[in-house]
Amino acid sequence: MKDVGMRDGGVTKQRLVVVGNGMAGCRAVEEILKRAPNRYEIAIFGAEPRVNYNRIMLSPVLAGEKTFDDIVINDEAWYSGNGITLHAGRAVTAVDPAAKVVRAEGGLEVPYDVLILANGSDPVRLPLPGADLKGVVTFRDLDDVDAMVAAAEKDGGKAVVIGGGLLGLEAAYGLAKRGMDATVVHLMEVLMERQLDESAGYLLTEALKQKGVQTVLGAHSEEILGEDGKVCGLRLKDGRVLPCDILVMAVGIRPNGALARTAGLQVNRGVVVDDQMRTSDPSIFAVGECAEHRGIAYGLVAPIWDMCRTLAEVLTDGEGAYQGSVLSTRLKVSGVDVFSAGRFSGGEGCEDIVFRDAGRGVYKRLVLEDGKVAGAVLFGDAVDGNWYFDLMKSGRDVSDIRETLVFGQAVTEGLSGLDPNSAVAAMADTAEICGCNGVCKGQITQAITGQGLTTLDDVRAVTKASASCGSCTPLVEQVLKLTLGDGFKAHEGPKPVCKCTHHGHAVVRQRIVAEQLKSMPAVMQALEWTTPDGCASCRPALNYYLICAWPGDYRDDKQSRFINERVHANIQKDGTYSVVPRMWGGVTSAAELRAIADVVDKFDIPTVKVTGGQRIDLLGVKKDDLPKVWSDLNAAGMVSGHAYAKGLRTVKTCVGSEWCRFGTQDSTGLGVRLEKFMWGSWSPAKVKLAVSGCPRNCAEATCKDIGVICVDSGYEIHLGGAAGLHIKGTEILTKVASENEAVWAICAVMQLYREEGFYLERIYKWMDRVGLDGIRAKIEDPEQRRALYDRFAFSQRFFRIDPWAQRVAGRESEEFTPMSRRMEFEPA
Amino acid sequence: MNAMTDFNAWTDVGAVTDIPLRGARRVPTPEGDIAVFRTGDGKVFALRDQCPHKGGPLSQGIVHGHAVACPLHNWNIDLSSGEPMGADKGKGCTPVIPLRVEGGRILLASKKRAA
Repeated sequence: MKDVGMRDGGVTKQRLVVVGNGMAGCRAVEEILKRAPNRYEIAIFGAEPRVNYNRIMLSPVLAGEKTFDDIVINDEAWYSGNGITLHAGRAVTAVDPAAKVVRAEGGLEVPYDVLILANGSDPVRLPLPGADLKGVVTFRDLDDVDAMVAAAEKDGGKAVVIGGGLLGLEAAYGLAKRGMDATVVHLMEVLMERQLDESAGYLLTEALKQKGVQTVLGAHSEEILGEDGKVCGLRLKDGRVLPCDILVMAVGIRPNGALARTAGLQVNRGVVVDDQMRTSDPSIFAVGECAEHRGIAYGLVAPIWDMCRTLAEVLTDGEGAYQGSVLSTRLKVSGVDVFSAGRFSGGEGCEDIVFRDAGRGVYKRLVLEDGKVAGAVLFGDAVDGNWYFDLMKSGRDVSDIRETLVFGQAVTEGLSGLDPNSAVAAMADTAEICGCNGVCKGQITQAITGQGLTTLDDVRAVTKASASCGSCTPLVEQVLKLTLGDGFKAHEGPKPVCKCTHHGHAVVRQRIVAEQLKSMPAVMQALEWTTPDGCASCRPALNYYLICAWPGDYRDDKQSRFINERVHANIQKDGTYSVVPRMWGGVTSAAELRAIADVVDKFDIPTVKVTGGQRIDLLGVKKDDLPKVWSDLNAAGMVSGHAYAKGLRTVKTCVGSEWCRFGTQDSTGLGVRLEKFMWGSWSPAKVKLAVSGCPRNCAEATCKDIGVICVDSGYEIHLGGAAGLHIKGTEILTKVASENEAVWAICAVMQLYREEGFYLERIYKWMDRVGLDGIRAKIEDPEQRRALYDRFAFSQRFFRIDPWAQRVAGRESEEFTPMSRRMEFEPA
Repeated sequence: MNAMTDFNAWTDVGAVTDIPLRGARRVPTPEGDIAVFRTGDGKVFALRDQCPHKGGPLSQGIVHGHAVACPLHNWNIDLSSGEPMGADKGKGCTPVIPLRVEGGRILLASKKRAA
């Protein structure tokens, strides 16, 4: 009976066979039926023994928010009503393009005139030891969901999901929703890193925590552990073991190309198709995740719909050409709104618009290129996702709506046709300007005219408008401008930390502590930074503020430090470095000097110089030699002198009562004691100390940040000297009777400066700003002094460590080695 | 923009993940180091490791957005064009090294000797 078409109403029907009963196969058939209901005699093969269902809705089924019946797209009535033969549960074993026949399990042979391959993709299974254990599943079909649901029935069960992409997160959320302790293990540092930037990724991590999903980032899976043939845990490369009762691998998909390949079709990553979805055989087409179009194999549903429309046009004599798809992503986790489309990484000629609303947990980032939307990342409020996506796809120039674009469609279209000034002018007096404090336009204009306000700060002080989150600042400024006309002066007030924020240092410091902000993304979100990852000014400042506020919790961000602090040496004009070992109180020994001399010889160090801080500087060390130089200095008992640090540098001393005929106290001993207790501490700017044994002041203590002048009756503690850009003598902070009290007072004032100083603000400037009297009152109050000292001592538990020794031990060794030497001997 | 154009090969210099996020690594060549950057959003850029100002090693600077701050005098250099930004715009340019990222590997444009 081969090659004889069925006759229907006098027209010969062509035989259409579809391999794949999933989203793509059925949608292709639907699209064809829409256009030409009687043209084909249709047969569909499906490997799963059930009707066609909406695979992307498996996540809500897992989460128990939907049932299988809810996600069935086409029930049996659809197949029979359209005269479609469904071969469910029968996998196709071969395609014979020469004979135009499909062969399936059980010896079934079905001839075709037109064949559509829509057999999708397979989930990737990582080849980890233990991957074949019971309880290790992927997240692809209903069987996987059933296995996960069964595992969740045990009380207090634990689940591990490998893969922090869309599917992995939805799987973890579903398992958590079913009562399991779910942990997502992700190789990268950011969840959904292909769709989200770091800021949105951070918010997502936090939001998932609220939903009971823990996240382990930057985690390399090493081995799946089993017990009696069943999974019981996952071991990471760093040795951590995450116990689990079920392990889900959600690490990506691989297009199914095997069937096409054995049939002799061209297959790369997927089955290669042209713009008409045609494979290398003119009678065979491919759509969906198995297909590769212009080098791309898609894994999302929108491109599948686009492909199916084109294919249906082509198969019903229409004109159709698939041009590839622009992608957008939405995460399906209830209560977590995430949307991403296009490019979020900017580039040449691109411009970022960032909006953060800390109160609502909202982050929006739009990327504009040549005045058009090139990408969007939305977190916490994704209602405008489709609008941005449409703007992006249409390529519309958005320069005219740029000012309001980030506030969404409603705001933008509500104001369209108006320039921002006239838009504000057109607002009614009852229109709310500041949402945080419920201030409307009328109140602001009244306050301005009634009380003679002229600056933004005045308005903030009187009305509270824009005094909280600050996002309405431009609107308030426009109201000011409109009301005052020429009398308007631009914003004055505390100087912002940098261009990434309108907040000054004081507010930033205070809120880090008050709101327990413990990471850089947390600070940037809460304080509504206007850039995605800050700049070279604010990042070092935030890093310091976090270190100071949370010494035990915050992990130092190396990439937010200037090069000198990152490599524990001082960069010189030619790119070499200088190395200064610590000499406690300026005291050294023959053994140390011998070791230094040996290092100089061994590493051919061109210049050796005595510094003003009573130490020895080795200049011209090559970067790659640094760890070896440190290793040799360490071996002789020397540690980093932190000559590069915004932190404690040197403690200069004179010889004091031990040798000097005028010495009143053991100034050398006190200097050594201070340095040994305080070294390694970070501060807003560099801190230099000196201790002089008598008022002759040979250690020059009265031009140091903190100085001590020993006298017969005790110790004068001096503060706020400088001998650099500015020359400034110290002022007396306090006088104490014993050496112990001197140490307490000095550590306490250091801590006060650490907690109050603005980044890069030297002690003398801090003292000018806050006033010496206030500082003195705290240091002379025994309780406050004690509390400050204790906080300093606690912090020192974490930072009184030699960074050189850590590098010698191999930490961050990539910093000191070239990435590759492969181009070294090739002319480049 | 001042990109190297006379190349005839791609050299694999390592994995994207060999570079810390918001960091850089050096690749030595006979004509001086190349700095390979990885930005916070995971993109990779390569420039000659020389600031157009005083030749400072850009690989040692702080990477922020798609820019790096030179460690010597804090000039900000646009990673995609090699041009100084802000007030220093128009004062010279650092050559851009073409690169490709394939399967997580970084390939730099290079010139091979004829075999």
